Amino acid sequence: MSFFLDIFIVVTVSAGAFFFLAGSVGLLRFPDALSRLHALTKADNLGLGLIVLGLLPRAGGLLAALKLVVVWLLILLASATVSQMVARVARRGGSPS
Amino acid sequence: MNDFLLAAAGFVLATIALGLARIVRGPTDADRMMSVQLIGSNGVAVLLLAGAAEGTPAAGDVALALALLAAFASVAFVKSATPPIPDSDKEPERA
Amino acid sequence: MTVTSALAMVLALILLAIAAYTVAARRTFAAIEGFVAYGLLLSIAWVALSSIDVALTEAAIGSGLTGVLLIGAAARLRTTEAALSAERPGAPLRWLAAAASAAVAGGIAVAVLSLPDPAPTLAPAAAEHLASTGLGNPVTAVLIAYRALDTLLESIVVVFALIGVWSLTPDRTWGGRPGPEHAADPNGILAYLARLLPPIGITVGLYIFWVGADLPGGKFQGATILAAMWLLVMMAGLTDAPPISRTWLRILLVAGPLLFIAIGFAGALTAGAVLAYPEGYAKLLIKVIEAALMPTLTLTLALLVAGASERTAPP
Repeated sequence: MSFFLDIFIVVTVSAGAFFFLAGSVGLLRFPDALSRLHALTKADNLGLGLIVLGLLPRAGGLLAALKLVVVWLLILLASATVSQMVARVARRGGSPS
Repeated sequence: MNDFLLAAAGFVLATIALGLARIVRGPTDADRMMSVQLIGSNGVAVLLLAGAAEGTPAAGDVALALALLAAFASVAFVKSATPPIPDSDKEPERA
Repeated sequence: MTVTSALAMVLALILLAIAAYTVAARRTFAAIEGFVAYGLLLSIAWVALSSIDVALTEAAIGSGLTGVLLIGAAARLRTTEAALSAERPGAPLRWLAAAASAAVAGGIAVAVLSLPDPAPTLAPAAAEHLASTGLGNPVTAVLIAYRALDTLLESIVVVFALIGVWSLTPDRTWGGRPGPEHAADPNGILAYLARLLPPIGITVGLYIFWVGADLPGGKFQGATILAAMWLLVMMAGLTDAPPISRTWLRILLVAGPLLFIAIGFAGALTAGAVLAYPEGYAKLLIKVIEAALMPTLTLTLALLVAGASERTAPP
């Protein structure tokens, strides 16, 4: 049982890390601000979600597991709303450097 | 397992380093705001992974604070980059 | 090389890179972005050094609140930015500044690296007497019990800093509301965030304050989170900053330090020295002091960021 649990943790955390990599590479390589934003949100949603999922079996008790989920939901809320606001700034052209 | 989680934390830390290139290069301010948001979210992942690997549950509290305040700083950035809304239809006195 | 030291190396390199960018950035806004990023990464570094309390404070104040303070300052300086960059100091002065900064950094590095091993520390003595304070977190014990004088003076200094900011108010707006009027679309995304995030943030802030007795946390970090949530609601235009002439505001600002001073002097009568806690009452008094300092710190931090009054006081 614990062997399958370990496999589960390794698979989910690796998948989450992959999405974080995809987000960062997208941020670097996509041509314009709005498409970079699109890449970024994949990291927040899927990347962190999968990592939190993978860490849940190792959390010490119900409260700790709940804290992990709350962190993920907070990041979801924050990044979703901030992304929309940043998109508005980007669409307006931002201020060039 | 602990070594694997620590290695995963290091991997996500490397993605933060990648994202930093956008702060330096990103032509518009929106790009830099995105980079800061990336550091916030990826940083939370690094803290959660490292906390689970080393057995410090308090790292989760720092992750909570990071999540809250990264959003707060980003909101302030956006507000300062946005011209104020014309207030012709706003009521003159706030109760 | 172990995984941990490789991680530490990567973190150190990232920190140096972002610090170099913050110093070298041409535009103020870009430099502030770099500074906030630096603060976030520095809090991760503190966790790597097992200083969770410092990490919490760095995340809250270093990147969050100070970042917003700097943004406000940059916004106010925007009109003069062109003139400012025209009078940049000459190359010799900048090289001198760089050399001085490098010398200070080098001196600190040499001092840290040449510490005897094991380094001299009072940590065992602090841990030994932890039981008499009734606390479980040695950092909180140092702040409120062993070095209560430092915390008392700091809480007064912070109020003085706020008075210093207020002293920049022009005469005609004295006593009015600080900061500009924030008008945001009441149905927009910012208002949505400002309705949804603060309840969570206030819960987290109070939780971190409460848990500081036994686990990393404490009143300062909790108050910062509360202040940040209040500032968020203000920025979304859902509420306005209170006029600084309000009595309740001024009472709350001084209540915390005054109570701390009162308990401290009472300690001279009940426990034999100023700021000593009587036997058995230590934990209760510490909790009372922390609870009294929470509103003071929250108000002070939020008002420091809000700034000097820019609008005349309502009647």
